Amino acid sequence: MSPLGLVLRLAGLVLLVWLVVQPTAFAGLLALFTRPGQPSVYNQGSLLALTISHLLIVASAIAASALLAVGLAIFVTRPFGVDFLPVSRALANIGQTFPPVAVLALCVPLLGFGTTPTLVALFLYGLLPIFENSLAGLSSVPPPVTEAAKGMGMKPMQRLIGVELPLSMPLMLAGLRLSTTIALSTAAIGSTVAAPTLGEVIIAGLQTGNTAFVVQGGVIVALLAVLIHEGFVALERSQRRRIGL
Amino acid sequence: MMTILQTANSASFVRRRLDPLGVVVTAVAVAGLFLPFVIFKANRIVPGEGVPLWAALPVWAAIAALVGLGSVLVIAMLRVRGELKLAASGAGLLAVVLLIGLAADTMSPQDDSLARIGIGAGSWLLILALALMLTDALSRLDPGPWTRIGSLAFAMVVFGAILGSGTLNELSILKEYGSRAPAFWQETRRHLELAFGSVLLATGIGVPVGIACHRFSAMRSGVLNLLNIVQTIPSIALFGILIAPLAWIAANVPGARTIGISGIGMAPAMVALTAYALLPVVANTLVGLTGLATTTVEAARGMGMTSGQRLWHVELPLAMPVILTGIRIILVQNIGLSTIAALIGGGGLGVFVFQGAGQTAIDLVLLGAAPTVALAFAAAVLLGSFIDLSAERART
Repeated sequence: MSPLGLVLRLAGLVLLVWLVVQPTAFAGLLALFTRPGQPSVYNQGSLLALTISHLLIVASAIAASALLAVGLAIFVTRPFGVDFLPVSRALANIGQTFPPVAVLALCVPLLGFGTTPTLVALFLYGLLPIFENSLAGLSSVPPPVTEAAKGMGMKPMQRLIGVELPLSMPLMLAGLRLSTTIALSTAAIGSTVAAPTLGEVIIAGLQTGNTAFVVQGGVIVALLAVLIHEGFVALERSQRRRIGL
Repeated sequence: MMTILQTANSASFVRRRLDPLGVVVTAVAVAGLFLPFVIFKANRIVPGEGVPLWAALPVWAAIAALVGLGSVLVIAMLRVRGELKLAASGAGLLAVVLLIGLAADTMSPQDDSLARIGIGAGSWLLILALALMLTDALSRLDPGPWTRIGSLAFAMVVFGAILGSGTLNELSILKEYGSRAPAFWQETRRHLELAFGSVLLATGIGVPVGIACHRFSAMRSGVLNLLNIVQTIPSIALFGILIAPLAWIAANVPGARTIGISGIGMAPAMVALTAYALLPVVANTLVGLTGLATTTVEAARGMGMTSGQRLWHVELPLAMPVILTGIRIILVQNIGLSTIAALIGGGGLGVFVFQGAGQTAIDLVLLGAAPTVALAFAAAVLLGSFIDLSAERART
């Protein structure tokens, strides 16, 4: 990472923490976007609490999708699951044509308003990128490598844990990064169905025609997503170095 | 000789093993049979009560449905030819759709215009099971591009005919449509304008930028990093952040308002969608051009082609499959993302999705979501076929 890149990322992190912990420090700047009589700093709840609940919703949904998706990818790449490989590939492709918002909106009439439909939608939509990338990772392990592991007398389980999973880790992380990016975005929209996330700030701004709220919420959500994305990229790089790529 | 051998082999296969996917399909379908086939609601918002298949249909239809479904499931469970599975699952799907329409007709009370018949969880599971079987058969047959385009057109004609025939008119989702048909078509048009307009803009900007990145390696990492960051920004945040500068432009730049630029509405949506779409176009143009064999480009140079001629007649046509792959990604992505435009007053099918979610009216959500998914799916199939066709042309 270049020194400039590092400085920019650190500056982004400082700005994010500052915006969330001490929003009033930006009152003067945000006042530029208000109409007379409008408050310039979000005043309908704690930004810190919204940020934490946004992150918790995303983390728990994505953890669940990662468990199931990686498990499924392992299953269809084993000899006993190979019959399900073509259909699961095709399903992963078709699933991507479903917009995340549609999944979210369809969960509401079935599960009611609040956090539950958002969690379910994030979980369902998070499955696809992780599954697709894990599948790509597991099926791109070179046959000579698995043969060598077999020759060394490793059992199938040992080969999976000791060879195949570590080699496909960078691609799995890439899938996790994609799913998390989409989940952060969809969770923000989840506030339209009453999930306590940072989207609330933006929606409140849109409903009252207060651009200051929209900008404030938008910048926080954007910084959060970009920084988490960068974190994943760094993690992938270190994993790739570990397996000698 | 060969065919006799194959037949004998496949016959012993059937005896030896069942199709494991078929077993899953059957399990899902049987579970679907025991869940409500349709939902009867006193009005469009109340939860309503489920009605199983045999109670929702006339006796003759229920018996025919069970027998038909049974035979489709037997075909699903056996290891038989892909074409047979394809035909069986296709016929099964068609039958389920027609049966839903028949159930809605049968259940609708004559004198109660408020009552609604919705699609039940059981129907969705039956459709899911049969669609799984269809997808599996299709992906094993691995049809060529023209067959895929033909099948898509065929499916659209059949579904259009069903909708046109009025068979499904008693269904709640079509009643939602009936009460807002002009708005539906207006928002569909707006949705298409947003999705295709942004893709056109992004292609017009992205391909030249990609070519420039290929020629001048100094700007490569800067441009790609910037676009990468843009793509990471959550949609609602980007749409929102753009409201401020666009409102400023509308207020301060003469003539901006007359060409439709304003803080809320279509302008920020179009800008945001275009920004999202730039990364795949630029990156794929770059990859496509970089991936060309140097010998090909050298040969063109040796023939005395100028730089512009080489780009136009050699490099771009050869890179076309990769560039088209980028365009397919953004088209599918932006058809979905255009639903968010509704939140900032940009219109599109998202209007129904968010209205429906607000009223917990699932059929209104479906009225927005189903066409969006169908559009994205059709775009993915069509562009996927074009990519294969252009790859064939690039090879010859």
